[in-house]
Amino acid sequence: MANVPEDLHYSKDHEWVRVDGNEAIIGITDYAQDSLGDVVYVELPKAGDEFGASESFGSVESVKAVSEIFTPVSGVVSKLNESLADEPEKVNSDPYGEGWMVRLRLANPGEVDSLLTAAEYEDFTKAESE
Amino acid sequence: MVDFGGWDMPVQYPAGTIEEHLRTRTHAGLFDVSHMGEIDVSGSDAIAFVNRLTSNDVTKLVDGQAQYSALTTPSGTVIDDLLVYRFAADHLLLVVNAGTTDKDWEWIQSHHSGESVELRNASAEYCQIALQGPDAESILQPLTDVPLSEIKYYHFRPGTVDGVSGIVSRTGYTGEDGFEVYAAADRAEQLWNKLLEAGKAGTPTGVLPCGLAARNTLRLEAGMALYGHEINEETTLLEANLGWICKLDKGDFIGREALAQQKEAGIKRRLVGFEVTERGIARDDQDVLVHDEKVGRVTSGSPAPFLKKNIGMAYVPVEYASAGQDIRIDVRGKLVGAQIVKTPFYKRTK
Repeated sequence: MANVPEDLHYSKDHEWVRVDGNEAIIGITDYAQDSLGDVVYVELPKAGDEFGASESFGSVESVKAVSEIFTPVSGVVSKLNESLADEPEKVNSDPYGEGWMVRLRLANPGEVDSLLTAAEYEDFTKAESE
Repeated sequence: MVDFGGWDMPVQYPAGTIEEHLRTRTHAGLFDVSHMGEIDVSGSDAIAFVNRLTSNDVTKLVDGQAQYSALTTPSGTVIDDLLVYRFAADHLLLVVNAGTTDKDWEWIQSHHSGESVELRNASAEYCQIALQGPDAESILQPLTDVPLSEIKYYHFRPGTVDGVSGIVSRTGYTGEDGFEVYAAADRAEQLWNKLLEAGKAGTPTGVLPCGLAARNTLRLEAGMALYGHEINEETTLLEANLGWICKLDKGDFIGREALAQQKEAGIKRRLVGFEVTERGIARDDQDVLVHDEKVGRVTSGSPAPFLKKNIGMAYVPVEYASAGQDIRIDVRGKLVGAQIVKTPFYKRTK
């Protein structure tokens, strides 16, 4: 069973959001990394890039496939996880920790409330895998 | 699981594509390739008939030998690539791709004209299990009465594996030494489980079951064509670097004239291998550019787990087909540098 931490917010595109003051840390969920398989490449935006909610901000690639990743909330990129360039496998081994992808300065902190809770996301993935 | 030529097949097993690929290079991988089609050709004209439909020279085969070949159209393009097994002068078995089995079967039947042969689509009768990698011989030998060390590359012997009768063939699609075992379809599970057990599956150096994704990356590193990607009814054998299976002097066969003309005139484009030299992964069907101009298309692109590079194959005009040529790949709108290299990308040390 995929790990779904209680204290995070989730999108239906399988990203997670951790709110830290007026910033959000974003990555992909354990369920997503498990479906993708071995991550071999992560393409991320640049600091300063601006994204609206549900916009594509990069991609995650396994040996077999490319998956776009979307910003669940709008904002400006303040920091990226540059270590993923050399160690993309962190997305598999620690999706909620060392496998984080970007930090966004939130444009509209209220957007976070429209995301799924851990329980809702768990139900959503169960329905999707049936 | 994914649909593959009408078969439900795993893309990967729990170990994952990279581990499956590496284990096959370093120890052994097990592949259920029962989806492959088998067409049985028997009768006194078996060799003459198959020789007329395929590009390689069937008359060169001896009993117990297999040959890589192609079914060709009158224009020298490829209906399918296949293996021709010779059991006897009047008995051949054609092993074809799953997705093209029905098409091949119709093509073969419709091109039968007067030769004394009996044709049978035996695809449903066979299972095929491939055991590939440097440990393949030592894993398989205790289970079979066939003396494996006596079987040369691209040769086979009838015999039993775990008491099941079938044939053991020293062939494969991974660039490694290894065997393909053909037996009755209902014995697939027994052979699969026995080979996993004999290969100490579950241990760090034991055999790993491998899915379609690893089968693809292994064949790509080994520079082998995949039907529907490098070769199809739009590509000729000469363009695909398969001139070595085009025996233009063997006598007439379907496509011979067109291929002889193309050889004389020279090909315009050629299949090449490339390595990505910048950050990014080339994928199937992406455009190839030289001097900002689109000149070709990627037929297969993927990370290469053993070589730890991003590689691919593509058709490019012959003037850009030399090793060392810089090209760029349009990776979803971003131009990524790459360089044409010699194939195979990977060659095992014997």
